[in-house]
Amino acid sequence: MMWLNPSETEALSLSLSVAARSVVLSLPLAVALAWALTRRRFFGHTLLDAFVHLPLVLPPVMVGYLLLLMFGTRGPVGGWLERVFGIDLIFTRNGAALATAVMSFPLMVRAMRISLENVDRGLEEAARTLGAGALDRFATITLPLMLPGVLAGAITAFSAALGEFGAVITFVSNIPGETRTLPLALYTALQTPDGDVAAARLALISFVLGLGGLLLSEWFARRVRRLLGH
Amino acid sequence: MFSVAVTKRRGSFVLDARFELPTPGVVALFGRSGCGKSTLVNVIAGLLDADGGRVVLDDRVLLDTENRIFVAPECRRIGYVFQDARLFPHLSVAANLEYGRRRATGHRFVNLDTVATLLDLGSLMDRRTHQLSGGERQRVAIGRALLSQPSLLLLDEPLASLDAARRGEVLPYLENLRDQLAIPMVYVSHDFDEVMRLATYVVLMNSGKTIAQGGVGDMSLNLDLRSIIGADAVGAIVDGTVLGTDARSGLMRVRVGRGELKVQAPNAEVGTKLRVQLLARDLIVATEAPQHLSVRNILSGVVTAVTSDDAESDLIAMDIGGTLIMARVTKAATRELALRPGLSAWALVKAVSLRGHSFAVPAVISNASPDA
Repeated sequence: MMWLNPSETEALSLSLSVAARSVVLSLPLAVALAWALTRRRFFGHTLLDAFVHLPLVLPPVMVGYLLLLMFGTRGPVGGWLERVFGIDLIFTRNGAALATAVMSFPLMVRAMRISLENVDRGLEEAARTLGAGALDRFATITLPLMLPGVLAGAITAFSAALGEFGAVITFVSNIPGETRTLPLALYTALQTPDGDVAAARLALISFVLGLGGLLLSEWFARRVRRLLGH
Repeated sequence: MFSVAVTKRRGSFVLDARFELPTPGVVALFGRSGCGKSTLVNVIAGLLDADGGRVVLDDRVLLDTENRIFVAPECRRIGYVFQDARLFPHLSVAANLEYGRRRATGHRFVNLDTVATLLDLGSLMDRRTHQLSGGERQRVAIGRALLSQPSLLLLDEPLASLDAARRGEVLPYLENLRDQLAIPMVYVSHDFDEVMRLATYVVLMNSGKTIAQGGVGDMSLNLDLRSIIGADAVGAIVDGTVLGTDARSGLMRVRVGRGELKVQAPNAEVGTKLRVQLLARDLIVATEAPQHLSVRNILSGVVTAVTSDDAESDLIAMDIGGTLIMARVTKAATRELALRPGLSAWALVKAVSLRGHSFAVPAVISNASPDA
């Protein structure tokens, strides 16, 4: 990208990479949770629902801190991950992806649930009488029909992941080339004397990226709606 | 044999249904809206749990609460045509049909070509489902259900959401199905005209209970029917045989019981079975052989029963040679003519309504397994 300088390119590509990892990480779990919360009534339903939504209301710094406690090298999950799989999350882009995934998770689940609630259960019953078992029904009827919500959720979560700041800087710090995403680079520029121009350029990149994401998501939604004949 | 005996409580509504009918054949579940027909059909399909009871189709036990048998709906091999078609909107017509076909288990008795021909689906294959009319949607839904090779087909008011013209469009296809596939069908309806055209057996339902069952002819004389369809719509449904064309009038001569009726029927060959309805209000009863009358259709027989219909009138049942018909007369007439069982009488028929052809047609395609 000829009109971006190396550090801007680095921050942009890192942001995209972190956001992509975050979406890939959370997508299957979000589909499963959206399905469970919409279609199943079980003990602890309300609590689980509240838990999923927590990142929306908690301070991002606190989420980052909780992640640090859980997934840090000495944390219960982090230590195990490192011992068994050799996965290191602290100060890495995978860690940044985890932090953004947690923060954007409620947005993703929410979009999917709205879509799933609009899927006519009668169609699933019809599939059932035609001989389709539970997994078969989900894969061939439910999932394709909730696809608009899955796409909307993924795109919203991706955009939110591009902008996540508090949880990322708390959990994985601000390391150039590894965890310094666009918002962190913007913050750094603002902290630097004579960083005004750099900050303005980074702000503009974020703006274009965000707007592009929204337009893309709208275009997708229209195409899918037309495909389903609405 | 298809036998059902189930109970189900839903709030204050209690379903208590039992019937047993030979297969194949078309069973009409008939009753007012809200009498529990759809609930019963959902229990048969397994989409609703029954509180207790048994559902047995031929030798397969689908539900037996006492022995804790519950065959999942996806394993019952019961095709279900819903009132609202329920086509999959993300799939084309062809893919909707394929959905049922691909998951079919057991003996395959119809293929795509047969179904497409029976239901005239050829020109619809590449369409998306939202491009179909209401009648076309139902035809595709029926085709999809058939291709899953069911051992029983449930049709839950498939015509109820269509206007009269569309209904007339789809009915002949249903008659085709009945005549050419030997598959047992349960047809839910609150429209007695549809029942008369399609059914071989009728199960009457009222507020959650099955109150009567039997062949269409017998059930047309059932007095419980009167409260559901109204006194004016009551009348015997009789299956007759075409004898030929009356040279002078051009009307069809149809043998009914021992007698003969002249009926306006389009191009029916000699020997064709015709189903006609003689409304009770369209019959006049005489106790002497009538002469010098404008009415041409006169049936002679014996009075078998006199039943009070309402404050002013009685229903007179007559045997016209192995076939029963029913006339409505005033109570004053009953008294003056001294109508009583055993009395010879004549029924003057003012009007005959044709209710489609009846169906002693041998099955072309059978859904019974070849080794059975």
